[in-house]
Amino acid sequence: MESIGVLMACPMNTYLEQELEKRFFLFKFWDFPDKALFLDTHRNTIRAVVGNATAGADGELIDNLPKLEIVSSFSVGLDKIDLAKCREKGIRVTNTPDVLTEDVADLAIGLILAVLRRLCESDRYVRSGKWKKGDYKLTTKFTGKSVGIIGLGRIGMALAKRAEAFSCPISYCTRTKKPSLNYNYYPSVVELASHCQILVVACSLTEETRHIINREVIDALGPKGVLVNIGRGTHVDERELVSALVGGRLGGAGLDVFEHEPEVPEEFLCLENVVLAPHVGSGTMETRKSMGDLVLGNLEAHFLNKPLLTPVV
Amino acid sequence: MSGTQDLPAILIHRLPAFNLLFKSKLHNHFTLLYLPLDSPDSTHSFLSRHAASVRALVAVGPTPVNSQILDLLPALEIVVCSSAGIDHVDLSECRQRGLLVTSAGNAFSEDVADYSVALLIDVLRRVSAGNRFVRAGLWPQHGSYPLGSKLGGKRVGIVGLGSIGSEVAKRLVAFGCSIAYTSRKKKLAVSYPFFENVHDLAADCNVLIVCCALTDQTRHMINKDVMMALGKEGVIVNVGRGALIDENELVQSLLRGDIGGTGLDVYENEPHVPEELFKLDNVVLSRHVAVLTPESFEALQDVIIGNLLAFFSNKPLLSPIQLD
Repeated sequence: MESIGVLMACPMNTYLEQELEKRFFLFKFWDFPDKALFLDTHRNTIRAVVGNATAGADGELIDNLPKLEIVSSFSVGLDKIDLAKCREKGIRVTNTPDVLTEDVADLAIGLILAVLRRLCESDRYVRSGKWKKGDYKLTTKFTGKSVGIIGLGRIGMALAKRAEAFSCPISYCTRTKKPSLNYNYYPSVVELASHCQILVVACSLTEETRHIINREVIDALGPKGVLVNIGRGTHVDERELVSALVGGRLGGAGLDVFEHEPEVPEEFLCLENVVLAPHVGSGTMETRKSMGDLVLGNLEAHFLNKPLLTPVV
Repeated sequence: MSGTQDLPAILIHRLPAFNLLFKSKLHNHFTLLYLPLDSPDSTHSFLSRHAASVRALVAVGPTPVNSQILDLLPALEIVVCSSAGIDHVDLSECRQRGLLVTSAGNAFSEDVADYSVALLIDVLRRVSAGNRFVRAGLWPQHGSYPLGSKLGGKRVGIVGLGSIGSEVAKRLVAFGCSIAYTSRKKKLAVSYPFFENVHDLAADCNVLIVCCALTDQTRHMINKDVMMALGKEGVIVNVGRGALIDENELVQSLLRGDIGGTGLDVYENEPHVPEELFKLDNVVLSRHVAVLTPESFEALQDVIIGNLLAFFSNKPLLSPIQLD
């Protein structure tokens, strides 16, 4: 398979990069500043694209790669891939579900705890060397708080299981009610937000879920509420979130993703009730290796005419 | 206030920094006397007037309860503490004098267990360090952030499987961790593997959560040998007392890379924290606040009042400390 051209859309993982180089003829898109020239030169050699949550295969790239057969994404979300166009052209698409579920759910709990217990603020304070005895402030208990989950898929379920171990009542909002579950169902995000103290975005990003967290939802969550986003930045209307946090209309936020990442709104930087993570939901050595293996496995299966491991299209 | 005279008197003993956050509720049941803190003179004149009537002492926070104060209170029968750990109370003095002693019991267990999990996730997933990275504007420059380590599948050793340790275990099982523990005695009702000593526990685990009481036997129980047994990827979380860990050895082990990281809420000489730790990204430093939520204080009030009411009506105490 050494002659098969594979295009890696952006840097994502050293292990995956090395393994792709061993198996295929790898092009690293970021090595070519002149994209047009690169595509012009190699359009007929590239048969696979490896993308992730930052860069995938949009309509334009797909149109520029006539020999493209498969897009294998190093992510579970597929919002950087033009799925309709892939379907239309018969291009296969795979992602990396399941292997990252636990890590993302773990980080969601980590963000909830860090926001409620002001852990990062405490760490910053101790590191400043200013700690004096008896100088403390009260923070909010997590155990028993009501948790609302938008999107009760794999990640949402893993999150619910963890939150239950903290005796949290769980409610959720999805397109359709899941009758087999005991959690409270709300048909709208506004209703969910007004019935929980901690709201976690764990759904996939689609046209319908873009800006699913808007001003109305934020106001329903209220000044004691905490928003956690481990989905995609565009799930949240970031301007509205900034305005609510600055104005004290929302209690706090834990964010792993941002609308214009890696750019983060400046207003966040001076707020103590916000915890900011650099999109590391699946960012553990163990999980990134499993994700890399899935990308490789899907590509090998495809080019050996075997069934794909985790096909989406 | 009419009828106040009929309520039993209790003496409140606190350091200046630890004013009672819960005196309102105590007022409904007791006449509160405050030990003056301004000068030894006023303390003595105060006690000469009141000491004979004081049967109950409420010791707030880490206020030392030693022979010095106990000598001044001849009528004392019970010391009611507001903390879960009571290493600030001279228990052998209390035993000799036949005093009852109570702790905060389970009032803080959930919050401390939550905090342990928060510290552990923070260390493994670099939450505070990542937050610093983003706030420093480094993300656009560096592109990606160093990978963390997965919580699921880790073997977590609980040092002291009391009320806090059990709550920690319950939470971490839901994250896919396996649990082992060491305690003074093997708990028959518990199926987690038991280790006779903390060294053997550390050798079998990826993570140690330290949440036992500080006593002469447990001081510096997390020593260099234990850290070596835990190993280079190992993480230590301490929500017990600072002196449970040999702090100097901990700092050296971190600097040498002999252990993987640590999350600390407590230190040997608070509020002093070894400065060598300030520059390390595999360390999360908190300021002894694991118990500090309004919810915990609500529960604490109930335990303190419950213990006092039980004492004054000769009923079983809610959270007595065994003095043998």
